[in-house]
Amino acid sequence: MQEKLILQNKIAKGDFARGGETSSNLKELLRKLGIQSDKNRRVTIVTYELEMNIIIHSHGGEIQVYISSEKIRVVAADTGPGIEDLEKAFQPGYSTADDEVRDMGFGAGMGLNNIKHYSDELEIETGPGQETKIVATVYL
Amino acid sequence: MKLADIIPLLQLEPLVVIDDLDFEVETACGCDLMSDVLAFSQEKTLLLTGLTNPQVVRTAEMTDIKFIIFVRGKRPQEETIELAREKGINLYLSPKPMFECCGLLYQGGLSSEKIRRI
Ligand SMILES: Nc1ncnc2c1ncn2[C@@H]1O[C@H](COP(=O)(O)OP(=O)(O)OP(=O)(O)O)[C@@H](O)[C@H]1O
Ligand SMILES: [Mg+2]
Repeated sequence: MQEKLILQNKIAKGDFARGGETSSNLKELLRKLGIQSDKNRRVTIVTYELEMNIIIHSHGGEIQVYISSEKIRVVAADTGPGIEDLEKAFQPGYSTADDEVRDMGFGAGMGLNNIKHYSDELEIETGPGQETKIVATVYL
Repeated sequence: MKLADIIPLLQLEPLVVIDDLDFEVETACGCDLMSDVLAFSQEKTLLLTGLTNPQVVRTAEMTDIKFIIFVRGKRPQEETIELAREKGINLYLSPKPMFECCGLLYQGGLSSEKIRRI
């Protein structure tokens, strides 16, 4: 099966009220497509972490999800400000989230680690003052 | 442990009831950090939390957690309750603080989750 775009959603900066909607829609969609529940769970956790990172840390962006018979690919792209130091960002516990965000339960500094743990492939393009593009793939 | 046994133990007040009380709970997770829940949680887990915003329900939804207990009598926001109804997630409220809730569940036979190393 050729890779097909199944979901495309804009994510607005600071939009906590709708935070998780995209991932929730994806979960429902994958269920309807008959994707195994453990794969569905992995893909939606990854997407949720990416979605919340765009809301919390970026100026806004978009999530696209592609599916083929072999894999599901989640593409999260935003318009900046980019990740200053990627190695640091991957350290468990490292977070630049402010107190308001922490009060909501985010800012554990675990998101990127979770994304890595639950995906089979992970590509990140970012840098200070740049756009961030993260592509996470889960094999079916 | 069955949910039916946990209700009196933690003096739970039901807020959203979807599954029946025969539901067998295997582990519990007491946590106020959503990414930690996303990192460690398993399906048959009960989530105990002091947070009350809708993201708690979102986090449960993504990890297939079916039961959330709000500790220390902190009533969740209306949006949180709405979202839980829509997503089919059970919500309960306990007047007891986190430490006591966890202690009682542990004593009652629940084990903690197998934590993967970071
Ligand atoms: N899309 C992004 N744009 C800019 N910076 C980002 C982006 N995603 C992550 N970061 C940076 O990387 C850090 C680590 O991200 P990670 O998701 O691991 O943790 P967190 O979002 O701070 O907390 P958690 O995900 O545990 O709630 C963030 O604190 C932030 O500084
Ligand atoms: Mg994050």
